[in-house]
Amino acid sequence: MNKNINNETNQKPPLRGGLEGPLLSIKDLHASINGKEILKGLNLTVNEGEVHAIMGPNGAGKSTLASVLTGREEFEVTSGKVNFYGKDLLELAAEDRAREGVFLSFQYPVEIPGVSMVNFMRTAVNEQRKYRNMEPLSASDFLRMMREKKELVEMDNKLTNRSVNEGFSGGEKKRNEIFQMAMLEPKLAILDETDSGLDIDALRIVANGVNKLKRPDNASIVITHYQRLLDYIVPDFVHVLYDGRIVKTGGKELALELEEKGYDWLK
Amino acid sequence: MNKQYIDLYKQHSPSIKKHSAEVMNRYRDSSFELFAKLGFPTPRMEDYLYSDLREPLAVDYGLNINRIAIPVDPYEAFKCDVPGISSHLYFVVNDMFFPAKNSVPLPEGVIIGSLKDMAGKHPALVEKYYAKLSSEKEDGLIAFNGAFAQDGFFIYVPKGVMLEKPVQIVNIMRSDVDFMANSHNLVVLEEGAKAKLLVCDHTMDNVRFLANRVTEVFVAERASYEHYKLENTHNRNTNLSTLLIEQKESSNVLTNIVTLHNGITRNTIEIALNGEHCETLLCGMVVSDKNQQVDNFTSVRHNKPNCHSNELFKYVLDDESQCGFTGQLVVAKDAQKTQAYQTNKNLLLNNNARIRTKPQLEIYADDVKCSHGATIGQLDQEALFYLRSRGISGKEARLLLMFAFMADIIGNINIDVLQDRIKMMVEKRLRGEQSKCEGCVVCQ
Repeated sequence: MNKNINNETNQKPPLRGGLEGPLLSIKDLHASINGKEILKGLNLTVNEGEVHAIMGPNGAGKSTLASVLTGREEFEVTSGKVNFYGKDLLELAAEDRAREGVFLSFQYPVEIPGVSMVNFMRTAVNEQRKYRNMEPLSASDFLRMMREKKELVEMDNKLTNRSVNEGFSGGEKKRNEIFQMAMLEPKLAILDETDSGLDIDALRIVANGVNKLKRPDNASIVITHYQRLLDYIVPDFVHVLYDGRIVKTGGKELALELEEKGYDWLK
Repeated sequence: MNKQYIDLYKQHSPSIKKHSAEVMNRYRDSSFELFAKLGFPTPRMEDYLYSDLREPLAVDYGLNINRIAIPVDPYEAFKCDVPGISSHLYFVVNDMFFPAKNSVPLPEGVIIGSLKDMAGKHPALVEKYYAKLSSEKEDGLIAFNGAFAQDGFFIYVPKGVMLEKPVQIVNIMRSDVDFMANSHNLVVLEEGAKAKLLVCDHTMDNVRFLANRVTEVFVAERASYEHYKLENTHNRNTNLSTLLIEQKESSNVLTNIVTLHNGITRNTIEIALNGEHCETLLCGMVVSDKNQQVDNFTSVRHNKPNCHSNELFKYVLDDESQCGFTGQLVVAKDAQKTQAYQTNKNLLLNNNARIRTKPQLEIYADDVKCSHGATIGQLDQEALFYLRSRGISGKEARLLLMFAFMADIIGNINIDVLQDRIKMMVEKRLRGEQSKCEGCVVCQ
């Protein structure tokens, strides 16, 4: 079988405005929580325009990877490097990672009563613009943008008039994640179990949203348990994360193989 | 310190009486005797567990017993916290009522004025209500007020009259020396009347102040009353405020007590539901930091069946601030079908801030729905991370969450201009941009 654990050799980093290098490069990443090591030397390279799926059994470290990349402080990175467009991502605070263009679609989006969706998104968009030395959006431009992005993910008006995720169904919460992704236009979107708790219709809408947001200059990492989501969001690479390491990398057909055989044969 | 005031009263009661109204004097000696018996409250007393007033009460304050006029025109000197509010505006400087200037004309039959003057003009009316609630209370501060208060404001809304615009009373403390003011206020709404009152507390000079104010409110059958209190005083001020409300059948009361900046504050709010089918909503919020102290003692008394009360108080505390909340609820034996709910939520931003909260339910009826809940906590870390993961800075995220925490209290302000203004002031306060009271020279 494929002995190539490090997928870097499979890919050629494209040129980007004279700056050579991948969008994201993770090298020998070790991370632990409460003294327990979860990631044990993970390597991954993501280039612009690519969709990477990360699959693996429960407890393999999939969500830990998402948390470490987006700056959740409970996780301690013990060694390794993560470069994002050449910047040391691990040095940045969570909000600065977001401002640099990293986005996480949460497995369990948080309900925040009392903070309206409009106020939340306006604050987020304008804080990101400020970081890029751009003027805040005018009220009318902002509302126009809200309207456009809502259509993109087929999000109901009444949801954006409510408090953040408050009283949303599971499907509505996930759709709201994709809506936020559309508003913030990240360079790298990490979708953590976006398919969990979704029925087929909701899954299609969410996947459509993700596909519409795909551009030659952005990328996504799709973390999932099941092959099902990958029927809708077609990956360029499928990685198997097992016990804190990527143990196998292949094309989209690997997902089908996993669906059929499970993970045991990879041990 | 009790003795100091007992001696003062013995020496000066003729002057106190001379500069007050006959109806007020009628209760004066008995109030004094009660005070001589009770003294000032101490934290050893059940109802004052969270209010330690010994230090501020020991200050040597001046009193203006002979009621020498203060050369100030508040209409010129004072800038309102709520510009653009269209109200019937009045000022009380220390305990002196200033009649309206350029105020919107009052509807027929409505009386607003100094209690002392109105007791002269409408003796029967004032007599009918004055001290009817307060003289029943065994409370040192109320008794002290009964002995020393010489004036206050009087608001009367006759049967069926609806006051469209809010009445606004701005209390200003102004003195060149450490100073104490006592005032006694009376608000009367006859059957079916409707009124909103906004009381603002301010301080002007860099001295120690103590204000001891008692307000009695009578809300008759089917009347509707809203009471807003906005405190924005400096941290050398001690604000002791007692609000006693009586509700008759099918009446409706909303109180919203907002402490934005202060020194030491004790609010006693007692509502007696003395008729069936009353509705009561008590709200309050506190934003406190440094060594500020706020104690809200609330008491809702369901004396008749079929009434509905709801209570919601929220606090955000920082630095060394120490606050208290008591939610007393008494449901009388015959007050069946009572519905009474109570919530107190507190955010502590710091390990040194301290809140003590106590629900105190005494239910003597057996067919009631009552609930209470108190929480003390920090900001939700999951929510903070969620906001930050969208590019919102930690500081801004905390602010959004603190503001969200207060949102339902602010939502219970039914005067639009006031609601907008308080929103803005709370935001400024939470941002730390308003670490002192507006226009203040004291708190640095």
